[in-house]
Amino acid sequence: MDKAVLSEEKAKAPVRRGPRWRIDVSAIAPFAALALLAVFGAFVNPRFVGFENLSNVVTRSAFIATIAVGQTLVITAGGLDLSVGSMAAFVSGVAILFLNTGLVDNPILLIGLTMLLALGLGAACGAANGLTTTLGKIEPFIVTLGTMGIFRSLVTWLAQGGSITIRSPGLRAAYRPIYFGDVFGVPIPVLAILGVALVGSFLLYRTAFGRHVMAVGSNEDVARFSGINVTRVRTLTYVFQGLCVAVAVIVYVPRLGSTTSTTGLLWELQAITAVIIGGTRLQGGVGRVWGTIAGALILEVIGNIMVLSDLVSEYLIGAVQGAIIIVAMLAQRSLRGR
Amino acid sequence: MAHSPEGDAEVEPPSAPRPVMEAVGLSRSFGPIEVLSDINLAIASGEIHAIIGENGAGKSTLMKILSGHLAPSRGQLRLDGTEISLRGPVDAERRGVVLVHQEIMLAPHLSVAQNMFLGRETSRGLTLDDKAMNARAMEAMRAFGVEVSPTIPVERLSIAQRQLAQIARALLAPHRIVIFDEPTASLTPIETEALHRLIRDLKAKGVAVVYISHRLNEVKEITDVVTVLRDGKWVATRPADELEPLDMARLMVGRDLLALYPERSPPPKGEPILEVAHFDAPGFAEDASFSVRRGEILGFSGLVGAGRTELFEALLGLRPGHGEIRVRGQPKRWPNARAAMDSGFAYLTEDRKGKGLLLRENLATNLTLAALERFQRGPLVDRAREADALDGAIERFDIRVGDSSLLAGQLSGGNQQKLLLAKMMLIDPEIIVIDEPTRGIDIGAKQQIYRFIAALAAEGRSVIVISSEMAELIGVCHRIVVMRAGRVVGEVSGEAMNEHDIVVLATGVEGEANG
Repeated sequence: MDKAVLSEEKAKAPVRRGPRWRIDVSAIAPFAALALLAVFGAFVNPRFVGFENLSNVVTRSAFIATIAVGQTLVITAGGLDLSVGSMAAFVSGVAILFLNTGLVDNPILLIGLTMLLALGLGAACGAANGLTTTLGKIEPFIVTLGTMGIFRSLVTWLAQGGSITIRSPGLRAAYRPIYFGDVFGVPIPVLAILGVALVGSFLLYRTAFGRHVMAVGSNEDVARFSGINVTRVRTLTYVFQGLCVAVAVIVYVPRLGSTTSTTGLLWELQAITAVIIGGTRLQGGVGRVWGTIAGALILEVIGNIMVLSDLVSEYLIGAVQGAIIIVAMLAQRSLRGR
Repeated sequence: MAHSPEGDAEVEPPSAPRPVMEAVGLSRSFGPIEVLSDINLAIASGEIHAIIGENGAGKSTLMKILSGHLAPSRGQLRLDGTEISLRGPVDAERRGVVLVHQEIMLAPHLSVAQNMFLGRETSRGLTLDDKAMNARAMEAMRAFGVEVSPTIPVERLSIAQRQLAQIARALLAPHRIVIFDEPTASLTPIETEALHRLIRDLKAKGVAVVYISHRLNEVKEITDVVTVLRDGKWVATRPADELEPLDMARLMVGRDLLALYPERSPPPKGEPILEVAHFDAPGFAEDASFSVRRGEILGFSGLVGAGRTELFEALLGLRPGHGEIRVRGQPKRWPNARAAMDSGFAYLTEDRKGKGLLLRENLATNLTLAALERFQRGPLVDRAREADALDGAIERFDIRVGDSSLLAGQLSGGNQQKLLLAKMMLIDPEIIVIDEPTRGIDIGAKQQIYRFIAALAAEGRSVIVISSEMAELIGVCHRIVVMRAGRVVGEVSGEAMNEHDIVVLATGVEGEANG
């Protein structure tokens, strides 16, 4: 019965694309870089590896890290959100104003309501960004550049150019543990990072939604032809981004107890930097949530090392971080082998 | 003189003119795998030399070496009898060796003329001479019988028009040896004819032409000498008039072929399952009406730009369109592809790489993308079931992969098409539209695709095949709808399914048929 199908013999084309580039050095790279930095840090100043210092560093990276997890999904879906820093300021301003109304007497309940409000407002801001880019078919860069200005100026207006502060000392004391407290020695902001990163990586890697996010960012046409609702997927990534901003705000409010028009300034750039250092593809299609966390830590560790050592003036932190982005991109390119 | 290698003693073309380009013992390895071994080849001026072989036979690698894109691992390349080593495609072009790529490599936002003259712009003083460039671009496109403004961006051209623009661009460089890598893969008969005219002109001017194609009828018709490669090795070089297409296929595959087309089942009777009436896709298709029965294979023929692809994209809600759609008599509205899929209607795009598959993702991700909800357990995607589905698809559609962790972009065209088919079959459609099912795939995979199409129809599904290859429509369809300039102009079935009648309908011109 040689009447079967035509070419039984293996007419297999050898794979011609050179080495398989999914050995994924690029996925490990940010962690390796972080480890190298840590070794370097220990070398220049032994205090760097002290538990207190390290826990401090991680705690301080919480805002950027949580926001950057949202940004990871947005960028993976082929979007971008420049408004996150202003959005953080706006949400925290509204949250503090709500606290100050003293709507409920029980401080815990009031703080709980404030958190819900922050989450709702964050989601709404994200939805506004998402719907404007998707339904309005406007570049996300432009939309979020616009909303960045809008959120920022709303804060300035709410604060009447000054600052919005939690008035009641009792409330302030009740809220304080959210930033300064810990659970079994792990600071709550660190738990917030872990929580958000777990949710983000679960969504991106394990759910159909995450698969769709990657597909939309990888090739929008393929996604549409596969029956994926591109508008919905993209919009939801912005909503998730808004929720991440709200989490950052919830952790942030007790730290300073007030919001001004400069709160969260340039956070968007730090968040995007963390995402890119972490190995997410800026054009979309490849997202690395844990890499993003490593990226956010790298940014914070660099600052910390510079403060602890006298190698370079700490006024140059921005320059060093900027150089890191470029080096990270160069490294990624050479890892990709072309 | 090139010698005949050991083994089967194939004959050199008897009156071989002096070769301009020769390959002697040319080999190329990628890592441990040798994809090309000991190729000897002599290309003469004024000769059209076909290189044929299945996908993976090494044609593209050979072409890349001849055109300086790739250096050989071993062996010599000679130009006019002297050994050369090409430093890159620019070096090759400087020596008059031009490759017309199979993939379209034009900047989508630049105009037709801007693309054609990219890197070799004509200037007048300090400024670009757009007028002259536009005029020459227009003329070049007209030579193919394509009337487009040279100032519109390339992204607004159809794939065939882009292909032609790319050919025109390549030929703007001074050339002595022109290598065409599947130039007609996305062309319809009329454009193919125009291209062949141009190639014959090149020949008459003494240019050496290397022509790669999967369309063996074309190879027979236009080329002088045929070289067959199989598994990276030279198999035969013979004058084209000594070979029939079936002989070529036999040499390519290495043993006898069964009939290319499967036995046709009798045309099904019964009520139509899908009816489309008075459907408009503004700018592309107007007042289109057709229907298809259960178990029927319906063909859509027409020239490039006839609006076939756009009509179906509009039906799916992927571009604006309106009209009546009925499935089993029930009126339907499909605002997006998901809605159409939910009604059991699947569309396989002609643009496999651009709209069909995620080239940077693995096979399982691609396979399940359109039916991911079937692979969910709670909110989770069940990767084990995805892997099982991939194994099943590889088995059922004979997708040839050595390693199932490959990326979709690493598959050959034929395997990509099978993967795309497998992907759409996961939504279990009743009506499957396959746009250009065999474009750019080798004859073995082609034959399999035809059998899959017949099998799907035998299962009671309706298959709509859109194709620019009339022979395949005639070979597999029960009935063929012909479109011209956005309108359905006729329908042929049974005895009337022949190239002549279809060309007459497609062009509206009686005289020019029988190309």
